[in-house]
Amino acid sequence: MPTIALKPGYAGPQQDTEDKFHGNRLLYICWDEHLLFCSPVALPLPPAMPFGALLTQVLAGVYGSHPDFAKLDWAQAQWTHGGEPFKPDPEKSLADNGLVHKSVIRFRTPGLRGIEGSCS
Amino acid sequence: MSQTSTAAKPAKRLGIKERYAMMTRGLGWETTYQSMDDVFPFDQFEGIKIHDWDKWEDPFRLTMDAYWKFQGEKEKKLYAIIDAFQQNQGQFNISDPRYLNTLKLFLTGVSPLEYAAHRGYAMAGRAFRGVGARVASQMQAIDELRHCQTQFHTISHFNKYFDGLHDPQWMHDRVWYLSVPKSYFEDAMTAGPFEFVTAISFSFEYVLTNLLFMPFMSGAAFNGDMATVTFGFSAQSDESRHMTLGLEVVKFMLEQDPGNVPIIQKWIDKWFWRGHRLLTLVAMMMDYMLPKRVMSWAEAWDIYFEQNGGALFQDLARYGIRMPKYHEIATAEKQHLSHIAWATFCNYGHAADFNTWVPQPDELDWLSQKYPDTFDKIYRPRFEWMAAYEKEHGKMWRNDTLPMLCQVCQVPCMFTEASDPTRISLRETSYHGMKYHCCSDGCMDIFNDEPEKYVQAWLPVHQIYQGNCFPEGTDPTVPGFNPLAAVLDYYHLKPGADSGDFNTSPDRRNWERWTGQDLTPPTDEVKAA
Repeated sequence: MPTIALKPGYAGPQQDTEDKFHGNRLLYICWDEHLLFCSPVALPLPPAMPFGALLTQVLAGVYGSHPDFAKLDWAQAQWTHGGEPFKPDPEKSLADNGLVHKSVIRFRTPGLRGIEGSCS
Repeated sequence: MSQTSTAAKPAKRLGIKERYAMMTRGLGWETTYQSMDDVFPFDQFEGIKIHDWDKWEDPFRLTMDAYWKFQGEKEKKLYAIIDAFQQNQGQFNISDPRYLNTLKLFLTGVSPLEYAAHRGYAMAGRAFRGVGARVASQMQAIDELRHCQTQFHTISHFNKYFDGLHDPQWMHDRVWYLSVPKSYFEDAMTAGPFEFVTAISFSFEYVLTNLLFMPFMSGAAFNGDMATVTFGFSAQSDESRHMTLGLEVVKFMLEQDPGNVPIIQKWIDKWFWRGHRLLTLVAMMMDYMLPKRVMSWAEAWDIYFEQNGGALFQDLARYGIRMPKYHEIATAEKQHLSHIAWATFCNYGHAADFNTWVPQPDELDWLSQKYPDTFDKIYRPRFEWMAAYEKEHGKMWRNDTLPMLCQVCQVPCMFTEASDPTRISLRETSYHGMKYHCCSDGCMDIFNDEPEKYVQAWLPVHQIYQGNCFPEGTDPTVPGFNPLAAVLDYYHLKPGADSGDFNTSPDRRNWERWTGQDLTPPTDEVKAA
C-alpha cells in the first residue's frame, strides 16, 4: 500500500542508492552462530574485488578477534545469499558472484559454534 | 468609611462549567471568509472521518489560566529542590557512578523527544478543526516543552562534574543509536495529525509510557538521584493527563465512524511495534545500567504490557480493536531484549555517548536468576568472554565494523528469531530495484505499507559510508585518515571520556578521587579465596 499523503502519487527520493557510495556497493555479512558480533556487518566494497580477497583481507579484519576465527576453514563455510544457497567463486569478483548493492550474505562454519558452543 | 459604588452590580461570577466552556469551546468559530476546509487542510486526507467534533469529551476540565497557575506552583517546588540538591552536592549521593550513564541515555535519548513531542502537538493542535482537541493539544505541547526544559535544567547540574552531558540536542540529531528515538518521533510528526495522536497519545503515552517513565524514575529513586526523581514527580501529573487524553482520542475516533476502525488498528499495530523497538533501550537500562535494579525488564513487561495492556485491549474489543499485531513476538522477546542490547553497546560503546562496562559477576548472577531460561545458556558465555578479554587486554573488546541497520526502526539488526534465539532475524524486500532490509516482520510490514516514506530514512551507518558524518572540511582521502575519530569529532564526543570503557573513564577516576571510594569490581579470585 502506498503512503496516504496530502498529494496523490507522493514519492520520496531513495536515500541510499549505489551512486552515493564512491564507487563501492554495500554488502551485509553475517557469521551465523557467532553472536559476539551483535548483528551483520555493513561494508562498502568495490564490486570488482575478488570474493577470495573479501575472505582473506576484509573478513580477517572484521572477525579476526573471535576465538573461532583462527580455526575457520573457508572451504568448509556454507553460504546463503538473500536466503538462497550460494556457492561463491573466490576467483571471481563480488559482482560476478551475483552480489548487488545491499546484498545480504550469511555463512555457517560447521563445527564452529561460538564461545563454548553458545553461538556467541 | 468605605465608598460604595452605585453603578450596576458586577456580573455574576461564572460557574466552573460555564467558565470552562467560555475558555475552551467558546474560543472557536466557524470561519466565513475562507472555508473551514481551507483553514484546516490537514484533518481529512488520512481517511479519518469526524462527523461531530462536539462529541469530543475533554478528559480534564483545565483552562489556560488555571494551567499557568498550577504548573507555576509545581515548578517553583521543583527548582527549590534542584537548588537544594546542588547546594548539598547531591550528585555524590548516587549509588555508583555507572548510574550516571542512565542520565546520559535519558538526556540525549528522551529529553529531545519531549521537545519533539512539543512540536508535534503544536502542529496537531493547529491541524484539528475541533476546538476541544485543539486546546488539549495546545496544553500537551506546552507540557512537553516544560518537561524538556526541566529535564535539561535538572541534569545540567551533573554536567558540571561528569562527561557526556554537554551537548544533548546536537548528539540526538547525529549519534548513531540516537537515530532510533529520533526517527521514531519524526515518523510520527511527518504523518497526519490523527496518526500522530494515535502514535504518541495512545500507543506511546497510554500503552507504553509506564515502561519508560517507571524504570527511569524508580531507577533514579533506587539509585539516590533525588533531582531526577523530582522532575519525574513534577511531570507525573501531566503524564496522567496525557494518558487519559490518549485513551479519549482513540475512543473519540472509533466512535465517530466505523470506517475509522481499520485505519486506527493499522496505526496501533505500527506504533506498538515501533514503540517496542524503541523500548529496547529502556530494557537495557533496567537490566544492565542501573547499579541498583528496580525489577527486570521481563517483570516490567509482564506487569505493564501483558497485564495492564491486556486489560486495555479487552476494553477496546467492543469497538472492534484487537491486540496489536506481533504482541506475542514482543512478549517472547522479553527474555532476550536487554541482553542483546547491552551486548550490542559492548560491541560499539567506543562510539556511544555514554560509558559501557561488562557486567560484574554478582550482576551476572542476578541476570541468571531473573532470566533462568535464557541467560546462562545464551548470554552468560558472551559476557564472561568479554570480561576475560578486558582483564587480559586492559580494555574492552570492541567490534570495529559498522553494523547493518533496520530500515524502519534503525536499530542494528541484532534481534534473533522468536523460534531460534541463536539466529539473527532478517527480512528483505525490493522496492524500485533496490533491496531493503528489516530486523523483523513487524518492521517489514511497516516498510511495505509505506515504502515511499522509509526509503528516505537517514541511516547513520550508510551516512557515515557516504562521507556525510565528518566535521566540515574533513578530507577522508589523506593518508592515515581515521574515520572513527572523525565521526566522534562530528558527534562532539571526546573518545575515552564521553565514549568508551567505564573502567578507564575520567568519570570513574574522578569519582574515586572526589569520594575516596574504591570502585575496583569484586573478582572471582576474591570469591574463591
